[in-house]
Amino acid sequence: MTEANGIEVVGLVREYRKGPRAVDGIDLSVAPGEIYGFLGPNGAGKSTTVHVLTTLLPPTAGTARVGGYDVVKDGPKVRSLIGVALQEAALDPLLTARDHLRLQATLQGVPKEQRQERADELLRRVGLADAADRKVRGYSGGMKRRLDLALALVHRPRILFLDEPTTGLDPQSRTALWEEVASLRREAGVTIFLTTQYLEEADVLADRVGIIDRGKIVAEGTPADLKAEIGRPSVHAIPRREEDRATIAAFLTRFGEPLESARDVAVRLREGLGLTDIVRAVDADGIDVLDLELRAPTLDDVFLAKTGRTLEGAAEEAEEAEEVKRLR
Amino acid sequence: MSSLAQVGAIARRSLVRTSRQPASVIPPLVFPVLLMAVNTGGLRASTELPGFPTASFLAFALAVPFIQGALFSTMNAGTDLARDIQTGFVNRLSLTALRDWALLVGQLAGVVALGMVQVVFYIAVGLTAGVRFESGLAGIAVLLVYGALVALAFGALGAWLAFRTGNGEAIQALFPVLFVFLFISSMNTPRNLIGVDWFRVAATLNPVSYMIECVRSLIITGWDWQALGLGFGFVLALGLASLTLASRALRTRLTRT
Repeated sequence: MTEANGIEVVGLVREYRKGPRAVDGIDLSVAPGEIYGFLGPNGAGKSTTVHVLTTLLPPTAGTARVGGYDVVKDGPKVRSLIGVALQEAALDPLLTARDHLRLQATLQGVPKEQRQERADELLRRVGLADAADRKVRGYSGGMKRRLDLALALVHRPRILFLDEPTTGLDPQSRTALWEEVASLRREAGVTIFLTTQYLEEADVLADRVGIIDRGKIVAEGTPADLKAEIGRPSVHAIPRREEDRATIAAFLTRFGEPLESARDVAVRLREGLGLTDIVRAVDADGIDVLDLELRAPTLDDVFLAKTGRTLEGAAEEAEEAEEVKRLR
Repeated sequence: MSSLAQVGAIARRSLVRTSRQPASVIPPLVFPVLLMAVNTGGLRASTELPGFPTASFLAFALAVPFIQGALFSTMNAGTDLARDIQTGFVNRLSLTALRDWALLVGQLAGVVALGMVQVVFYIAVGLTAGVRFESGLAGIAVLLVYGALVALAFGALGAWLAFRTGNGEAIQALFPVLFVFLFISSMNTPRNLIGVDWFRVAATLNPVSYMIECVRSLIITGWDWQALGLGFGFVLALGLASLTLASRALRTRLTRT
């Protein structure tokens, strides 16, 4: 039995009629009060998983319990517990933020006498009090995202699903939203299931991360554990002259396995070696590099280690596949 | 929460957003009246045909805007709903405690309310232009009820198309098809005076003719029970069919568990 505010998924599959398995037998569990980051490229199955967990799509196979309720058998009970901000901030451009909040509060069953107060409280919380009576069509992307978050919180949900909440936002708006999400967990103990394609976002916000690729979870754990699993740092050298790239690549293989990188020449360091070893060798061999940098493992390294592709490369592949599908 | 509150909230939203886009309100009010004015100017001589039911072509033509306005509303309601599906707004509503049928009824309540505004406007235009309503005040009340039913029936048709296609452009593309039904009807000439055989047959087979004749009878005849029976019968049949189709399409569209 799932704990009251937790999420429990076993063998979840979702197939579309004319497509591959968007979600291919995933297992995951999210503890109450935890922020779970669901990381993966476009088309990996993140949004489909969210649609199933939020009762918008029935699964093809497997089970999912949210807040202790089965998403198939107890759809209305699940919906009463959760707040959801889907990938597209689906707002009516002709309504104001206050109109949206009033509608959402009514439909979520917030008592009439509390609706106004709750709307004001949320508008203040997401920094939209001054724009509350303006039509949404004049809002920036960041404002729309914040309103979307406010709408998801109207009925004080115990579990919050955020599907790529910061996609398309400028860095400032992204940071503001991160702070808001962190404070929701800190102050209200809300369980948060957050999908993202940004490594940094998962790293900063999530207690645990599940990495999904082609419908399967390829890695799961805390960001620190996942990075520790990769273990060794990488060294990145920027050649001063482009024609030196091959020489530098050959030189660096003495220190570790080469890594794919379009921007620089990189190797994953062998156990026991450090940047100083390379710097000494560079001096000794007279290798001419513009810059040499030691990088700790990132979640992208984890993704690369588990899938053989970088997150960015996987996203490009997904876009190409989508384009081919469109052209057919 | 009561279903009534849900219906009210959806209807309110529908009305608010309609009132904030004049392009959705003004054309359904003005275009049918303009068309009526043009037709009245050009076809006034028709009243001299033997057997023409009234001496005032304006009184004869006043029935047309009631149906034409409803067609505009159908398109607007359907397009709005399709846009809600495309943008994910329907998903947002699906994630609340909103009952499926309350979404449909609320949306249609908004359409009916706008339809009533149109009917009142057309009646006011007719009265201002000197049209005498032969069925009197009671007839005007029946016209209001009929206007609501027409808006409901055509609104449900628009909702069905929206739930079925989820595409505003597809609904807009059907607009000319619906207009053909209006033009191949008794909108400009009583059926018994249509000289072209195929046109007369088409107008006789076209349910829109009976809807227009129902409204027309209240304006120029008084209480013509046959015209009223046929008019109410066809609009109720259309309403029932389109509501059934819309409810089914809604269930298919909302796959929530």
